[in-house]
Amino acid sequence: MDFFPLYNSLRVAAISTAVAFFAGIAAAYYIAKTPRIVKGILDCILTLPMVLPPTVVGFFLLKTIGPFGPVGAPVLELFGGRLVMVWYSAVFATTIVAFPLMYRTVRGALESFDENLLYSGQTLGLSNTYLFWRVVLPNCKQGILAGTVLTFARALGEYGATTMVTGYIPGRTATISTTVYQLWREGNDALAYKWVAINLVISAVVLIAVNLLESRYAQPENAARDALREDALREESVRDGALR
Amino acid sequence: MALSVDIRKTMGKFILDVRFDAENEALALLGSSGCGKSVTLKCVAGILKPDEGSIVLDGRLLFDSKKKINLPPQERRVGLLFQNYALFPNMTVVDNILSGMKNERGEDRRRRLNSLIDRFYLQGLESHYPAQLSGGQQQRTALARILASKPSLVMLDEPLSALDSFLRWHLEMELARLLEQFEGTTLYVSHNRSEVYRLCKKVCVMHQGRSEPVRDVAGLFAEPGTLTAALLSGCKNYSRATRIDERSVFALDWGVTLLCETLVPEDISFVGVRAHYFTISDEPGDRNTLDCTTTRVVEDVFGSIVMARSTTAKSTHENSHIRIETSKERVRRLRPGERIFVRAHPKDVMPLRK
Repeated sequence: MDFFPLYNSLRVAAISTAVAFFAGIAAAYYIAKTPRIVKGILDCILTLPMVLPPTVVGFFLLKTIGPFGPVGAPVLELFGGRLVMVWYSAVFATTIVAFPLMYRTVRGALESFDENLLYSGQTLGLSNTYLFWRVVLPNCKQGILAGTVLTFARALGEYGATTMVTGYIPGRTATISTTVYQLWREGNDALAYKWVAINLVISAVVLIAVNLLESRYAQPENAARDALREDALREESVRDGALR
Repeated sequence: MALSVDIRKTMGKFILDVRFDAENEALALLGSSGCGKSVTLKCVAGILKPDEGSIVLDGRLLFDSKKKINLPPQERRVGLLFQNYALFPNMTVVDNILSGMKNERGEDRRRRLNSLIDRFYLQGLESHYPAQLSGGQQQRTALARILASKPSLVMLDEPLSALDSFLRWHLEMELARLLEQFEGTTLYVSHNRSEVYRLCKKVCVMHQGRSEPVRDVAGLFAEPGTLTAALLSGCKNYSRATRIDERSVFALDWGVTLLCETLVPEDISFVGVRAHYFTISDEPGDRNTLDCTTTRVVEDVFGSIVMARSTTAKSTHENSHIRIETSKERVRRLRPGERIFVRAHPKDVMPLRK
């Protein structure tokens, strides 16, 4: 069994997750500060790849980075290399399709972030850069991690846009999802089942990771902790009162 | 060494127009919720930008619309205690306090950290996270963090309003201790008249975005002067009124002429009497007596509240109901619908401007 599709899928997903990670956080952070109308428009544009059929994304991509496209043509002329039908073409496709997941999850985390933390930090003389890295990001950690895992999962499973820009070249551009399709077309059920099994395992791991991250947010636990704290608080006051 | 604020800011339909000065003392901003107290604090802290005016702290211009000066919060040296304390949840008590002294290094920094930990009774909690602290400990940590940044001005935004009465008193005592020790100016924002009375000497009443002149807290309670101040200071009874002469007014909603010990200003439009200054008797008196019918008798925790309506009043306005707070013994046999005579001593009659 040739494991190239697994290696290629992981490679593509890892790179596009890394790109979406930084781009998603930056977009979520800066768009949150823009006026409402601008925010609405940018939000629509950035979320669009999530709701569009992947083939439409693939079509736009081919028109842009294809050998005659506005980006593809100059690259071909300057570097003599194509941007489609090579392994990294899939990076463009999966990054665009998976980016909205990162962006929206991080935005949700930033929106529930208590702004007073930022303000109190500013009045203490802390710079905005320091506050972003040491206060904002650590307190949105779970949202960011959840977004990263979801992005990685989406990138790993992307088929429609990927197949349009990379085609299927065994040992060159094949990913798990394009391989499963190809094997089914060839009627090679035995090998197809193996790749399906690998896919199931990866998906299960991802889902367990997301659930573990989300359960840390779990409300009942927090509520119980708050209740305990209130009790402790009252006890403390009683004790202090007795001391005085 | 003082704070001088004179700012205006329009936010939709809300217009903030605030003016006050404070020496090295605790000044209270007293107003009902939504009157612009917190917005004022945020403007002073540099979190919000006023449309025009100026803010001067200890001779430093923090904001001036004419000179186009608007210092960022980081350079204002203004400490702000939020209602939820706003401690960094991902940092321990020590790291939270140290985040207030970024510019110090070495021995100095360690000494000052230790003295703050001692002063705010945080020994043993150094490596705790905010979620592991009680409300009192959180407040002490937040105050220590603010003082660590050596502010010239400390602002407290309703620090006690989210707490139940027992804990509240406990934390109020700690705040009182801090206010006594702190050498700079303190702004204390609250809608609670008792807190303000106990903690501050000076008060600035705010109403719908506008500030009234700064005055002594004791004076506010003795002679509120305006209806807003009277209501904020806890006056429960007021009536529309017209001036008769410099010693008497006619209360329209109660249908009675009231004599006042204080001089009645020309431009009054209301008169107020505090609920526990009314006395009840069975016989008609000569002066300042309202002929009333009781409408409700409510038993309260330590006393009773009698609601009554003046029989001579033509108005059906809700102010025509008066509220009398008295001891339980005095109203034991009182039933709704009974005729009573309610008296207010001239020294307790407060003429009020709008």
